[in-house]
This record gives sequence, structure tokens and C-alpha cells, in this order.
Amino acid sequence: MNLSKRTLLAALALATLGTVAQAQDALKIGLIGTYSGPYADYGRQFDAGVALYLKEHGGKIAGRTVDIIKKDTGGANPDASKRIAQELIVRDKVQILTGLDFSPNAYAVAAVATQAKVPVVVMNASSSGITTASPYVARLSFTVQQVSDPMARWMLKQGIKESYVVVADYAPGVDSLTAFKKAFEQGGGKVVGELRTPMSNPDFSAYVQRIKDAKPQSVFFFFPSGVMPPAFLKVWKERGMDAAGIKLFATGEATDDSYLDATGDVALGLITSHHYSYAHPSAKNQKFVKDFEAQFGTSLRPSYFAVTAYDAMAAIDQALKKTGGDVSGDKVMEALKGLQFESPRGPIEVDPVTRDIVQTVYIRKTEKVGGKLVNVEFDKFDRVKDPAKEAQ
Amino acid sequence: MAIVIFDGVAYGMLLFLMAVGLSITMGLMNFVNLAHGSFAVVGGYAAAVVMNQLGLGYATALACAFVAAAVLGAVLEFLLYRRLYRAHPLDQVLLSIGLVFVSIAALTYFFGPSMLPFHLPEALQGQVTIAGVGVGRYRLFLIGAGLLILVLLLGMLRTRYGAMVRAAVDNQRVAAGTGIHVQRLFLLTFALGCGLAGLGGALSLGMLGLEPYFPLKYMVYFLIVVCVGGAGTIVGPFVAALLVGIVDVAGKYYLPEAGAFLIYVFMIGMLLLRPNGIIPRKGLA
Repeated sequence: MNLSKRTLLAALALATLGTVAQAQDALKIGLIGTYSGPYADYGRQFDAGVALYLKEHGGKIAGRTVDIIKKDTGGANPDASKRIAQELIVRDKVQILTGLDFSPNAYAVAAVATQAKVPVVVMNASSSGITTASPYVARLSFTVQQVSDPMARWMLKQGIKESYVVVADYAPGVDSLTAFKKAFEQGGGKVVGELRTPMSNPDFSAYVQRIKDAKPQSVFFFFPSGVMPPAFLKVWKERGMDAAGIKLFATGEATDDSYLDATGDVALGLITSHHYSYAHPSAKNQKFVKDFEAQFGTSLRPSYFAVTAYDAMAAIDQALKKTGGDVSGDKVMEALKGLQFESPRGPIEVDPVTRDIVQTVYIRKTEKVGGKLVNVEFDKFDRVKDPAKEAQ
Repeated sequence: MAIVIFDGVAYGMLLFLMAVGLSITMGLMNFVNLAHGSFAVVGGYAAAVVMNQLGLGYATALACAFVAAAVLGAVLEFLLYRRLYRAHPLDQVLLSIGLVFVSIAALTYFFGPSMLPFHLPEALQGQVTIAGVGVGRYRLFLIGAGLLILVLLLGMLRTRYGAMVRAAVDNQRVAAGTGIHVQRLFLLTFALGCGLAGLGGALSLGMLGLEPYFPLKYMVYFLIVVCVGGAGTIVGPFVAALLVGIVDVAGKYYLPEAGAFLIYVFMIGMLLLRPNGIIPRKGLA
């Protein structure tokens, strides 16, 4: 401790001044996301959504300037997320936490939120249990079960009676399998086979061959967006599975807008279920995409990450307007419950009981429009809740 | 059954194409080169850029992949690797794993963290029927490429150049005494190993995705093939890659619950039976 008394005092005075000045105007929001490593695009999408909302609203939320403090977890890292959340609350004095791309990170932060009574607005993490993990968590994104279950119901509507299910062998994969199987079998369909593929799997030929030999009427698959769906689709095309008469369905992760270009033509004609496509035809979305391109160019496509980031800011804005600027945890959570507004993805609302999102789930087909691959929505299920919580 | 074996062989060939360069740099030159995947991914990016941005054909792209990785290998050998030939293996591990992270950061900087698009040429898509079995054209092409590389490398080792390399590896001082320019020889050999890595990386793109994390993601597979096969030989990794490919594909086909794990069981079993690899280098067995 070599600090002289005078420096110490000066520093203390400055720090106090700083806090006083900021407490008066700036709203401090902690944004926890992935900004480095293989998933760094998640953070970029979060930033883009947040920036778009703030730009549209003159940089203000509920009449206050906003100070966003970004923190990097470098991927799925619950320990770091917990530490970061603690730092943000204790040292940076943030009033609201948001971001959270990976489910394990969201669970870790939920525990901190309960202790500190700080509201958390989840921008992506999609494991069903997250909103039950803490009364201070609300989710604006989606759950894996929420998008898997409508696909099963839609397939039944098309007269498909049997299906083979392929999922990646990790928690969301199992979530998807559970929800799909339950909805499909309740509707009178039959799951004729299940495959769980390892997360690190360079070659899908054995799995696809197994399916081909089983000759099911249809196949439903769930893989996290990124490398796995194109690898699977390539082998699917190579084996001539379409010619063999086996229909293929998936959740929207398979044709994630930010990877669709890299996936290429193997995705053409694939039918998927998801809550957002950047080709969603509403005026609100067209403006969203236009503003996005004006600000960030066309090399990065707005994906569901950017949209939920945008919506999370809108939800915080509306909740704070309801509380009259009061940021205490209980008041904000109360205000978030039952919020309804128009998102670029369509009408959304926060379930007043579960604090989870209720939204339209669209059935889309991958088509080439103007030389670009896009997910064209052609059917939908309105006001879908997370089926995992419906059961309780 | 036939198709499972065919797919296994094709996958094995892919592993061989990617790992044989490592057998040269790690086995022949005694350098623990964990950065092998970085050279492979540089080849992959070179091929993708040549095809996507310059609009050239697949064959040109493969050639460019080899050259790009070989040149990078030569430069790094001259600047870094050469200083550590006689160092402790741990130092070599540290240098090469450091290079992996540098390469990931560099590729992320230039190409972004997500996947780069790559599409196989029309001629390599779809299936052809051979003896009543529908086999993938691309997989057939991989098998052909693997066999070609095997023959070329075996031929090369029989030449004067091959003899010089082996002499230089076994005893540098004596080799230098007989008039072999050891440094230049090592530079060439290292560049060859890296070039092969680049070629393997480019050839793998029909199956694997191209992203900066490629070197870390597939490192285990390169190492399994080279360790099981025996570092420093060409036939060893070839046999090992085929076995690993067939075990992996057959395991996933017949036993999907346990399938992905079988190659590790296989690796442990093989290393217990033949700790120096299926075909150990002379003097090791």
C-alpha cells in the first residue's frame, strides 16, 4: 500500500462523483455473451440487435441514457459467467443483466440473480428449465422444445405417420427429442427409430446409411447451428435419400440464417420450424433488416440472435416505463410479466406465470429468392408456449 | 455390409490424407508438431479462396492448397522450427500448440469466426453404382487420391532423397560429413509434410466444415492415426487410418449407442498390443 493519503482521497472523491453522476442518469445494463472463440458471431449478433434498438430510440431506454457493459465468456462457460455476473453486480453496479447465449451460462447467472435480486433478460439460452431456475429470470428468445413440438404437429397434419429422430447427443438435443416424440405420439404418430450422434462427428455416412436401410417414411433432426447440419445434409443428398422417398424435417437451427450461405444448396427444399426467419414478410421485420444492413453491411445476416437482442431491449424499455424508472428486481420482474408487443419476428408476449416467451412458430421451406438462400415461411402455429411447462 | 466397408475405407482415406504429413514431420524428423492441423486448415482456406473468389477449378484449388501450406511450412521451419530440432519434446509441443492458437486468431481476423462456404464440383456429387452398390463419387475420389499419395510417397522414400532423409534423421553429424546439406534437406521435408497437410485439408472439405477451429477440432484424429500406425512410416498410418475409418463407420452403423466411442477403445487396444505402432520405424521395435 504505497498510495499516499492524498491520492487515495482524490481517487475516492472521483469514484463517488462518478457513481452519483451515473446513478442520476445512465441505466447500467450488463451484457454477457460470447465475443471470442468459435462462437464469436453470437456476440456480434447481440451487439447488432442492441445497437439497432438504441439507435432507433435515440440511445435511451425509458428516458435514460444507457451504459452497456459487455463481458465475454468465450463460449459455454458457467464458472466464468457466474464470476462475471457477480462482478457486474458488485463492482460495476449494473441494474439489469442480459445476453446469455449458452444455457449452462444462463443457469449459473440465474443463481446469482436470485441472491442479488437483479432482473435477468435472457437473449438466447433455450433450455426449458432456465426460467424456473430463478424468479428473476425472463426469457425473450425461445426454447428448443417450443420449436420442436409444432414440427411434430405439422407433420401429422400432412398425413405423416412415422418418423425417425436424429439429434445431437447433448442436453438441447435430448430436449428436442423429448418434445418431438411426445407431440408426435400423442397425435397418433410413431417414432420408428432414434439416433443420438456425438457432438464431435466428422462423418455422418454410417448414420444416414442406417436410416436409409430402415426405410422410414420421414426423418426429423435437431443439430446445433454451425458445422453439423451442413455435414449431415451433404451426406443426405449424396445418398439420394430424397429419391428413396424419405422426407426430411428439422428445427430452424439446421438452416440458421447466419450459416445458410455456407451450408449451400444442400439445404434447398428442407422444411424447418423456428420462431424467426430474416425473410419474415412483416413491415416491422423489413425495416429491421433494412436498418441492420444499413448499419452492418450484408456480410453478416441478422439471425434470431440479433432479433432477440433487439426484443430484450424493447422489453426492458417497456418494463421500466411501467415501473416509472424503478429498477428494483421485484418491480421490474412484475412489469415484465405479461408484456406484449410486436417484434420483427411477429407478435410476442411474456407469459405472466412462467416468465417465458409465448410466440408464433413458423413452418418454413428453404428456397432460393433473388439468388440467395432464405427460409420462406408458409404455415404457422400461433401463441406457442414452452411445452415443457405446459405439462406441469 | 459392402457399403459400410466402402464408407469406412473412404473415411479412412480421408484420415490418411490428413495425417500422413504429420507422420513425416513428427515421425521422420522427430519433431512433435501439434500444429499440423493449422497447415491443413491453411490449405483448406487457400482452396476455398481460390474457388470462391478467383473462380478457378477444383484441381487448381488442390494444387494451391498444397503450395500455400508448403510455403508457410518452409517459412516457419526457417524462422522457428529449425531452432528446436534438438530441444526437449515439451518445448516442441509448446511451440507448435502456440502456433495453433496463433493460426486460429489469424484466420478469425481475416475470415471471421464462422464457416466459410465450400462446394464440391458437380462431377464429385451424387453416387455411382458399382457392382450393385451405390457409392458416393466424392468418397471414390478420396480413395483414389489416398492410394495415389501412398504410391507417390513410397516411391519417393526409395529414391536417393528418401535415403538422405533417413540418414540425416538417424545421425545428423555423420550425414553432414558425407556431404548432405542437412538443413536444406529438413527444410524441404518439412515443407513436404506441411504441403501434404494442406492437400489433406483441402480434400477434406467435401466432408468437414471449414472454420478457424479446425486444427484443434481434428487434432485427436491426426494423432490417433499416427500413433496407432507408427510415426515415421507411410504404410503404418495408411493401415491405421483404414482400420480407424472402418471401425468408426461400422461401430456407428451397427452399434449407434456406443459407436462414436469405439475408435478410442480400438486405439487403446492397439497401443497396448503394439506400443510403437502397427509398423514401427526400424530400430524402435
